[in-house]
Amino acid sequence: MSGAGGALAMSGELAQYLATGITVGAVYALVALGFSIIYNASGVINFAQGEFVMIGGMSAASLVASGLPLGLAIPLAVAATTLAGLALEKLAVEPARGAPVVTLIIITIGASIFLRGLATIVWDKKLHALPAFSGEQPIALFGATVVPQSLWVVGATAAIVVALWWFFGRTRLGKAMLATSHNRLAAQLVGISVRHVLFLAFGLSAALGALAGILTAPITLTSYDVGVMLGLKGFAAAILGGLGSGPGAVAGGLLLGILESLSAGYVSSAYKDVIAFVILLAVLFVSPRGIFGVAAAERV
Amino acid sequence: MSVLRTDGLARDFGGVRAVDGLTFEIEAGAVHSIIGPNGAGKTTLLNLLTGIYAPSAGRIYFGERDLTGCAPHEFAAHGIARTFQNLQVFLNMSTLENVMVGRHLRERRGFLDALLHTPRLAAGERACRAEARELLALVGLEAWADAPSDALPYGALKRLEIARALAARPQLLLLDEPAAGLNPTETMEIHALIAKLAGGGITVVLVEHNMRLVMGVSDRILVLDYGRRLAEGAPETVRNDPQVIEAYLGAETL
Amino acid sequence: MRARLATPRTGGLAALAAVVAVGPLVLPNNYFYDVAILAALNAIVCVGLNLLIGYSGQISLGHAGFFGLGAYGSAILASKYGWPPLAAMAMAITAVAALAYLIGRPILRLRGHYLAMATLGFGIIISLVVANEDRLTGGPDGLAVVPLTVFGFALQGERAWYWVVGALLVAAVWLALNLIDSPTGRALRALHGSEVGAGVAGIDAARHKVLVFVVSAVFAAVAGGLNAHYAGFITPSKVSFLHSIELVTMVVFGGMASTFGAVAGATVLTVLPQLLTVFKDYEMVVLGAVMMGTMIFMPKGLVPTLAAFLGRQAGAARTPAVERRAGAPGAGAEPRA
Repeated sequence: MSGAGGALAMSGELAQYLATGITVGAVYALVALGFSIIYNASGVINFAQGEFVMIGGMSAASLVASGLPLGLAIPLAVAATTLAGLALEKLAVEPARGAPVVTLIIITIGASIFLRGLATIVWDKKLHALPAFSGEQPIALFGATVVPQSLWVVGATAAIVVALWWFFGRTRLGKAMLATSHNRLAAQLVGISVRHVLFLAFGLSAALGALAGILTAPITLTSYDVGVMLGLKGFAAAILGGLGSGPGAVAGGLLLGILESLSAGYVSSAYKDVIAFVILLAVLFVSPRGIFGVAAAERV
Repeated sequence: MSVLRTDGLARDFGGVRAVDGLTFEIEAGAVHSIIGPNGAGKTTLLNLLTGIYAPSAGRIYFGERDLTGCAPHEFAAHGIARTFQNLQVFLNMSTLENVMVGRHLRERRGFLDALLHTPRLAAGERACRAEARELLALVGLEAWADAPSDALPYGALKRLEIARALAARPQLLLLDEPAAGLNPTETMEIHALIAKLAGGGITVVLVEHNMRLVMGVSDRILVLDYGRRLAEGAPETVRNDPQVIEAYLGAETL
Repeated sequence: MRARLATPRTGGLAALAAVVAVGPLVLPNNYFYDVAILAALNAIVCVGLNLLIGYSGQISLGHAGFFGLGAYGSAILASKYGWPPLAAMAMAITAVAALAYLIGRPILRLRGHYLAMATLGFGIIISLVVANEDRLTGGPDGLAVVPLTVFGFALQGERAWYWVVGALLVAAVWLALNLIDSPTGRALRALHGSEVGAGVAGIDAARHKVLVFVVSAVFAAVAGGLNAHYAGFITPSKVSFLHSIELVTMVVFGGMASTFGAVAGATVLTVLPQLLTVFKDYEMVVLGAVMMGTMIFMPKGLVPTLAAFLGRQAGAARTPAVERRAGAPGAGAEPRA
């Protein structure tokens, strides 16, 4: 390959990996945000977060398959997932408030297994597709070829992040949730109902997960166990960016997506999934607080 | 002869200097008390002297050895034992087992002995149990020996911590507010116990608010205020020091 | 399970041995033997895992990794490289112990959720490597394993394996009970009760945590190796995250800080899915429900809850009811002035 041509091909390849990485990273960012919101409200790691992604995608796919237009299927799917999230909080998390960490971990893992089992009963174990929002004609962008759905993913994620920033920064409810995450006792003393905040946190995280699932289903297809890896990688992203930090979740998600894509392209595609967990371990060993680390979760 | 010596010891928490340039000595075989208003840095000092906090500045010497920056179990290995103001009792174990843990450093039975329950281990266990019972008797808890420790009342738990600390046969015993939450009778028992221990050659350091106990049992008193040494000396000297009176004692008759 | 461990120890051990001995009189056919063997193998892992989770207060969501490495290690050395099966198992177990030692120090500096996620990540990395290195491990299709031969005699058949595994289970429980009722065991439980208190009593937290981590990994590897040679086959599902979760569920369901609880939990949760094979589709739903239900309604686990219930029924109050002391200390609570 001649020098200039080689460089151009290389940069085209790089651009492609980056494009994939950013798209995937946006999804990880949404899942990571879900983790952070619940963690902030309760100190609980919600292992069922990935299942919210799955329920969103699967609900939307089955609603569309039964004849509903996309514009109706999407809000209904988000609503269904939000309900699932609220039910999870009320029925499984709230009864165990104040329990030790191990107990809560088992409960949310149990919830994720339960939801997955439920999904196989309500739907099935097959792969399902969601139609792309605006067609499948690839677009050339900065040397890469992307499908329009990728733009939807990244664009919608950006819009959601802005909406969350406005919610937590400008609305009373959002500020109340933020206050609770900083100091639960003080929040209670000024009249904020921590139980309601927790309830809402689960609902909000479920909605975020659902949106992630719906946005990505046209590209990656969806099935009953799509939430397992997504949830774990989303968690890795949250830790990378700093558990409990909103900007951290976004940064961690994007960074993880890009690193994963680059390593799959340049190193080994067979071990694509491993990179997320290697990063997870590396962060935990070296600097558990992550990039934008908020206070360390466990005080010595 | 000093058992423990600090040199310019300091500890910061964020912007707060909880202990500031503290230099003092603890004499062997004497009873020392550390007093001062709340927030003066007393418990922080104890945490520094047992390796729970690492100093931000300064050094700690135990006998000839520089123990600055060592981990708590290393401090313990040099013969320092302590009790806690906020009780660190092993509530998941029985009263007797709590005291038996105190003997950890004196155990010479290793992992393999434990795994296979060798006769050596069995003999060691018997000795350990017997000694633990004796210590419980010393602090008046022998009736509770086999009870789960979380069934004990507060005052008993404080005494349990003392028994556990004594199980290590320490050279230096640090007691963090041993009389807090105790009624006058119990306080007198603590007083007698401390005197007895000191008589037996153990160097005792108390952090206390109960002035009657402090003045009655101490050979030397260190007064802290805002993390700094305000005064130090024999009880009569400290009691009459105007700075101490102003900062802490007030015009109380003792 | 409080105070006097002498009675539960020898009594319980004898009861377990009796149950194992009586088994053949009760089990009707080979299928039941098979379930019993699997339950016993799970129980061996859980007894070790319980030392880590229940007694020492740590957590591992990746123990299927150790089980799987014991299984695959022994399988590969014996089947692909022709090692004598016992030597293969011994090598695999040693390798797992070494790995647990190496990874133990950095991982066990973490606490709570972070520790959980680190062990989870570790377990998943192992399962991904196993699934991917198909030239070595057979990949997703699995690997055939030669039977266990000892001095020329092949250990085959459910009944022979039943006795071997049953004896090993009793041995594993004996070792675990010994460890708990010893200075080392007390040190571990002290760490769980109050890491600060344990430190000032001279207990090296890091060293002890790594020790119990390695011990629990060895238990898992032993069970894994046995499983491979017994089943004659090993698949990546044994190394999966789900298997790690099943193991933790068994420990937690049976009762934390209760060795016999671990055995009970493993037995119940191995037998239960077998009973449910008719309702195969509902397996996950039931497992998830059991996990949530146990933690919400029976957080101490099956055996301790039963023991407490029976103790109350017996009406024997060992100590008088006492006032709640002020300022209940939590594990690791910081003393402040």
